[in-house]
Amino acid sequence: MRIKNLLLAAFMVVAFSASAWAAQIGVSGSTTVLPIMQKAVEAYMKAHPETTLSVSGGGSGNGIKAIIDGTTDLCMASRFMKDKEVALAMEKGVYPVPFAIAIDALVPVVHPENPVGDLTIEQLRDVYTGKIANWKDLGGEDKQIVVISRDTSSGTYETWEEKIMNKERVFAGALLQASNGAVAQAVSKNKFAIGYVGYGYLNAALKPVKVNGIEGNPETASSGKYPVARFLYVFTKGWPEGELASFVMYLLNPKYGQVHAKDAGYVPLY
Amino acid sequence: MMDRKLKEKCIRSAFLFTASTSILVLALIMVFLFMEGMPIFQDYPPLKFLFGHEWYPTADPPDFGIFPLLVGSMLVTAASSAIAIPLGVMTAIYLAEIARPRVRGYVKPVVELLAALPSVVIGFFGMVLFAPFLQDVFDIPTGLNMFNAAVMLAFMSVPTICSISEDAIFSVPKELKEASLALGATHWETIRKVILPASLSGISTAVILGMSRAIGETMVVLMVAGGAAMVPSSLFSPVRPMPASIAAEMAEAPFRGDHYYALFATGIVLFLFTMIFNIVADTIANKHKQVGAATL
Repeated sequence: MRIKNLLLAAFMVVAFSASAWAAQIGVSGSTTVLPIMQKAVEAYMKAHPETTLSVSGGGSGNGIKAIIDGTTDLCMASRFMKDKEVALAMEKGVYPVPFAIAIDALVPVVHPENPVGDLTIEQLRDVYTGKIANWKDLGGEDKQIVVISRDTSSGTYETWEEKIMNKERVFAGALLQASNGAVAQAVSKNKFAIGYVGYGYLNAALKPVKVNGIEGNPETASSGKYPVARFLYVFTKGWPEGELASFVMYLLNPKYGQVHAKDAGYVPLY
Repeated sequence: MMDRKLKEKCIRSAFLFTASTSILVLALIMVFLFMEGMPIFQDYPPLKFLFGHEWYPTADPPDFGIFPLLVGSMLVTAASSAIAIPLGVMTAIYLAEIARPRVRGYVKPVVELLAALPSVVIGFFGMVLFAPFLQDVFDIPTGLNMFNAAVMLAFMSVPTICSISEDAIFSVPKELKEASLALGATHWETIRKVILPASLSGISTAVILGMSRAIGETMVVLMVAGGAAMVPSSLFSPVRPMPASIAAEMAEAPFRGDHYYALFATGIVLFLFTMIFNIVADTIANKHKQVGAATL
């Protein structure tokens, strides 16, 4: 019994000291940034085996919360910090430093069989406020529009609200889905649905809709022509140092992190 | 001698400690829930919270009326119970009374296996297969609605209802059944007039536990209920039950902001609901308890 315990204690001491040697970086936050991060982390750990990164989602709000509480080292966010969060950080003496790592373009999508392919911002707003409820008003069939939106607290919705809704509320009858994937799934299974997803989630089962006659793609988003695009960030607690700095630079590197951003379907910055 | 007494004492306190752990954890969770939920009522009136029709937590100024969510939760639970109770109880009667032991030996584990299906799998099934099917068959705008959620939740509560009711029916003393048959009652009369009343408390417990499983279930309603925060106008309207709202929004709600508090307050309401369900189940179980076999 005693020998067993001794062995266990010895093992734990060894395990702890070993983990103290290897650099541990915790990453959490926006699920929109997650696809980039997963690719980047995988490649980074292969190149730097002494560093261990653990990535989890949870949403921008949780990531920012974790940075302020000091429970994570790097936070992914699909929006900038809110005033309240900045105030909380200041109160705790934390200075979050933002790095923009990519651009996300939101694309309205419909079912591939839907004839509608070009809408104005005003039309989109009217659809989402419930003023336009039938596809025939948009040049489609005489069928009720099934409006699919994201949860009002998601970063994706905030961008949509900011770029499209112009302070108006999405009407209560809109179906709210919890993720980009769920919206894509719901629209691809419903001929009369409209939704919006990040550029990276477009697939053959979805038909992208032009906004004000402009197609949402990397070129129009990075040139600023496409109206429904936003920056994606990572935040560190104070200016990053050591392994963390090296990883942030890796994310910003046009040869590495930016390639991963592009692979994940986003628009690279550099 | 001393050594034995000491040992006994140690064992006793060890068991006391394990027994109180879960109570302690529950108490802590409750304290936390109320601590994080009550602040919303400082600047938002409780009645407006419970009966407000507008749920726009991120608007400026925000609206935290959970009435549509509350109604959504209750209606989905009611609809799923309407499907699951007859199905579960009747399956239980079949298994306990009518099926041959061999059939029972095969069917019961399979029904119980249904409970082991992860809710995300059931949700995925509802989203990808059942929703398009509903759209085509009923020609409705969307298959992600209350009915879909009710059917999926029924899948989840049938095993609970069936398995607990089956145990209750099976444990009805043989003497009761034999007496009834000896008096000339048919098998059906025996089931209806003797066995069911005798196992009523067990069946009620089963039903209520099944319902409380349905009202607290999150993943399924998040995936298939549609998520529109409005009071439904028909069985095929999308709804947004409370757990779905909490799960979908908590991740992005600013820490200790009003929205965060409102979601915890929704959690309190949900907790009160399940607690009432459990108390009712407990009372019924105690009240109609079968005390001993009726042998004389």
